[in-house]
Amino acid sequence: MELKEVTKTEGTMDIQDILKPENLVYQKTKLLTDTPMHYCPGCSHGVVHKILAELIDEMGIQERSVGVAPVGCAVFAYNYIDIDWQEAAHGRAPAVATGIARVNPDAFVFTYQGDGDLASIGAAEIMHACNRGENILVVFINNGIYGMTGGQMAPTTLEGMVTATTPYGRNTDLNGYPMRITNLIAQLPGTSYVTRQAVHTAGGVRKCKRALKKAIQNVLDKKGTSFVEVVSTCNSGWKLSPVAANKWMEENMIPYYPLGDMKDSVKGEHSEN
Amino acid sequence: MGEIKLMKGNEVLAEAAIRCGCDGYFGYPITPQSEVMETLMVREPWKETGMVVLQAESEVASINMVYGAAATGKKVMTSSSSPGISLMAEGISYLAGAELPCLLVNVQRGGPGLGTIQPSQADYFQAVKGGGHGDYKLIVLAPSSVQEMNDFVDLGFELAFKYRNPAMILADGAIGQMMEKVELADYKPRWTKEEVAEKNGDWATTGKPASRKKNVITSLEMASNDMEVRNINLQAKYRKMEEEDVRYEAIQCDDAEFILVAFGTAARVCQKAVEVAREKGLKVGLLRPVTLFPFPKKIIKELARKTAGFLSVEMSAGQMVEDIKLAVYDAGSNARVDHFGRMGGIIPTPTEVVEALEDKFSWELSYGVKRSY
Ligand SMILES: Cc1ncc(C[n+]2csc(CCOP(=O)(O)OP(=O)(O)O)c2C)c(N)n1
Ligand code: SF4
Ligand SMILES: [Mg+2]
Repeated sequence: MELKEVTKTEGTMDIQDILKPENLVYQKTKLLTDTPMHYCPGCSHGVVHKILAELIDEMGIQERSVGVAPVGCAVFAYNYIDIDWQEAAHGRAPAVATGIARVNPDAFVFTYQGDGDLASIGAAEIMHACNRGENILVVFINNGIYGMTGGQMAPTTLEGMVTATTPYGRNTDLNGYPMRITNLIAQLPGTSYVTRQAVHTAGGVRKCKRALKKAIQNVLDKKGTSFVEVVSTCNSGWKLSPVAANKWMEENMIPYYPLGDMKDSVKGEHSEN
Repeated sequence: MGEIKLMKGNEVLAEAAIRCGCDGYFGYPITPQSEVMETLMVREPWKETGMVVLQAESEVASINMVYGAAATGKKVMTSSSSPGISLMAEGISYLAGAELPCLLVNVQRGGPGLGTIQPSQADYFQAVKGGGHGDYKLIVLAPSSVQEMNDFVDLGFELAFKYRNPAMILADGAIGQMMEKVELADYKPRWTKEEVAEKNGDWATTGKPASRKKNVITSLEMASNDMEVRNINLQAKYRKMEEEDVRYEAIQCDDAEFILVAFGTAARVCQKAVEVAREKGLKVGLLRPVTLFPFPKKIIKELARKTAGFLSVEMSAGQMVEDIKLAVYDAGSNARVDHFGRMGGIIPTPTEVVEALEDKFSWELSYGVKRSY
């Protein structure tokens, strides 16, 4: 097919100009593989993966990076980001990361864990890795539910929230209280940077990227454990459309899990809060 | 000749680890093996060879630290005793499933439950048959002297890397605690970054250079067909171990009418029992499996064709005896297989063993040995 000659007016671009590499304004980072993601539409996991892949690329640390995937919806993280990965047993990622980081002090090691993985079955491992101040990054996806196994209660599930194992809503007499584990983590002198973010808005994505960049830099600078919680959506588990899930999160999750930095120091210093 | 010293079995494990170029030890205290980590902490090998030593918060953590470090192609290990190994079971299954080479040590104590801190061999099933979930095998080495505690550290790593499989030293509290003369190995340097890349670069998560695809350590397959293929490959690996790496010691078995089968501390007792029995005019030999997996089936089958009976002597209610029975059955022999054991942390005496032999094989001893095996 022959393209019609288009007369260019000064300062405008035709399609060929737009496609020129030097005019590219945005592209999928090359560290994200072409494997189609299995995440549900609207799920926060995919957004956080993208941020991580971009940062590892931009910071030039692909060759030093070893990721530890959890048991949870992010179990296949290793299919999506083009770095070396290990798949850990449920909750054990911080111990696995400790093993990697201790015998490979130059590696950039991070765990990527859900709230069931990190705050329930792996509560001991995360506390002790952070308390030792392991030079690792922990990415903590708090969606208030067990996404992978079909929407059961997590330690982070809000009071009154309906899940497969709290069909009448979380009852604190029966199930205890939603756990703000990140606040506990911030108390540990082994941690350097502890923050809570969310990626349901464009602004949130940018802030979260800045936080993760700082967290990664801290690990590279051997400042101790950096811990980034991302308050996240699980629209399948919550049984809400992507838009409604974002709204629900804004109105319910974020008031209980307020966003912002909880600690910014170096290993060995106690948190102020 | 290497340096000769008088040392405890547990101390030797630590010394041998440093000398064989081990990159890391992760453990949690438990009697009767706490001296392993204590010795390492006194030796501070990180100053000497760069070996990392870390006290974990639990055995669950230490086995997963081993997983992470082993998956980067390095030589790493842990040690524990029975209750701790139970806690590690999940991690051991993951290590076997992801085909990671590493060294595990179980200095067994009596169970079940909290049990006793005295020596036992009641974790044979756990070590040899699984312990964790799924169809997997460990390479299991059973030392019966402090010298073998030394030798099996290097051998364990060698076999672990040969097969990309966890290897376990299955010792017991007696071997761990007793002092004996030992010839220590010479120092081997730890593998350099380049050596790790050369030996294990095709699978280890050393960080992905542009020149290769990403390495992923996992035991997960979503499709049953793929998972079956993984299992078939694992089984093929285990058969290869059975072909190539069976180790045992046969003592006075050539003319023996009765064979004692024993490993570890029980084998030391049985060596004396053979002497006592021979003095009484009984033709008794000792077969000492050194690898409990792969189990020395072939030699048992051969012996089954020329002996009247096997007595499995174990510090347990009788576990290895089942593997002996299977081998004898495979041989189509009607040699009788029986068991004698003490439990709860008790080590049998040589006289007890001989009396048990006389008791359990009294028919054969009174009416003569049938030659129709
Ligand atoms: C030892 C063990 N217990 C239970 C499970 C089942 N399991 C798989 S994922 C999961 C919960 C995951 O929830 P979370 O960590 O919040 O991750 P999400 O899927 O929400 O991202 C559970 C209980 C398992 N795989 N292993
Ligand atoms: S189930 Fe929830 S956490 Fe899992 S992919 Fe779907 S939305 Fe995401
Ligand atoms: Mg979750």
